[in-house]
Amino acid sequence: MHVYADNAATTKMSQVAINAMLPYFDKVYGNPSSLHSIGQEAKEALDAARETVAKCLGCEPREIYFTSGGSEADNQAIISAARVGARKGKKHIISTAFEHHAVLHTLNKLEKEGYEVTYLDVKEGHNVTARQVRDAIREDTCLVTTMYANNEIGSILPIAEIGAVCKEAGVPFHTDAVQAAGHLHINVKEQNIDMLSLSGHKFHGPKGVGALYCRRGFPLTNVIEGGAQERGKRAGTENIAGICGMAAALEDACQHMDENMPKVAAMRDKLIEGLSKIPHCALNGDPVNRLPGNVSFCFEGIEGESLLLLLDFKGVSGSSGSACTSGSLDPSHVLLAIGRVHDVAHGSLRLSLSEYNTMEEVDHMLKVVPEVVEHLRKMSPVWRDLQTGKREYIL
Amino acid sequence: MALYSEVVMDHFMHPRNVGTIEDASGVGEVGNAKCGDIMKIYLKIENDIIEDVKFETFGCGSAIASSSMATEMIKGKSIHEAMALTNKAVAEALDGLPAHKLHCSVLAEEAIKSALKDYYEKNGIPYDKTQFPDCENCGHCHD
Repeated sequence: MHVYADNAATTKMSQVAINAMLPYFDKVYGNPSSLHSIGQEAKEALDAARETVAKCLGCEPREIYFTSGGSEADNQAIISAARVGARKGKKHIISTAFEHHAVLHTLNKLEKEGYEVTYLDVKEGHNVTARQVRDAIREDTCLVTTMYANNEIGSILPIAEIGAVCKEAGVPFHTDAVQAAGHLHINVKEQNIDMLSLSGHKFHGPKGVGALYCRRGFPLTNVIEGGAQERGKRAGTENIAGICGMAAALEDACQHMDENMPKVAAMRDKLIEGLSKIPHCALNGDPVNRLPGNVSFCFEGIEGESLLLLLDFKGVSGSSGSACTSGSLDPSHVLLAIGRVHDVAHGSLRLSLSEYNTMEEVDHMLKVVPEVVEHLRKMSPVWRDLQTGKREYIL
Repeated sequence: MALYSEVVMDHFMHPRNVGTIEDASGVGEVGNAKCGDIMKIYLKIENDIIEDVKFETFGCGSAIASSSMATEMIKGKSIHEAMALTNKAVAEALDGLPAHKLHCSVLAEEAIKSALKDYYEKNGIPYDKTQFPDCENCGHCHD
């Protein structure tokens, strides 16, 4: 049995999405900017996809800008709000300590340009509150950017409440909804979201394509200069096949959300309950407001990369926030942000599910994860020190 | 998995010499939990020969494989041969390590040297201090 439990990294494409893409490689291959009928046929497909995505988010088609993915959408949204702010002398941005690097590194770039960024603490409940956002808003705040749901630990942020706070204060609100789109009910108007980023491959669509929703009237700054595609705000011949595949996947995900959500959440809950029985472990992330497919744990006394390698050998594909998997000496900034110390953050495991997983697969994981944890603990000098009392348990 | 060579995977999946030695002649521990890898080596030395060696490792796949390979390479050898073991030799025996994992082989070399140092000190044998790494200040792990 092989269990793919890394759906937060990327998903298997749905047949619906693949079928939606196929005509645009060798049949409707025109450039939507071309005047001839082959080009106009592609233009129609592009318009239809834009309408579909808009419908899924509760906005107008003209408010959707297609991008190369979630990272580009995040970059453009933040840079745009920063430029608008600068024109008004406002150079303060509010975000959270556990954002994706697409957001964090863009903010770091702005900090070097003289912007000030407040990173809201996420230790309490592994989440933020709208109250924290309200308390952080200042006269010179030009943007609030918080993720919709966290990719590593699954916490779902109180987006509607944050949106209401921002609306009241007159501060633009952007949300990185890469983990939420297609998985949670989103309505940008009702939730007072001014900008939202999403990525096609997180809901069984293709990679390399995403979208930025930007409320009508909010001026976008180009990140990519060139032709007049996307209402002049994002140059480059449109990735028609990718856009159509993403739109079809999103529509399919939204149509089946009410049946998929409880199914996936039931698997998640069984997995969390079972893994919680492993001694000296802790669940990461908000236990209540949690992505339906996210399971994230820290296991004391072991290291995440070796855990992943052994799990892979036993047919389970997961991920970890250990330093050895991040390519740096430090473990995941998300785990550190929620207050996990280095020693413990190295022993993290994320299993992220989708509706393609089954209860049999959950049972398989419940069998092999404890075995692998035990195997690694047996050869760990840290575990020995914990057991002999030379070192104190943290979890 | 293409991340590691077949030899690394073999030593990771089936590590040799895992465990402890009760009455070890020398014990060495290097690395720290904060950095994500700790290696502990136990040596049983008789007449300058490493009669037995065991290890415990907290760390990634290459850290476990490096410990396993390094212990195999010094088992039955003289303490002088063990002293001469380099991280390069460990990495080569493993059929190479990814560049960002080379420090795992360094850790293996240091763990063995640390255990030998413990042996020298316990037995009052004079040794050349410059031959040993200063783990406290090596800069491998920094905040």
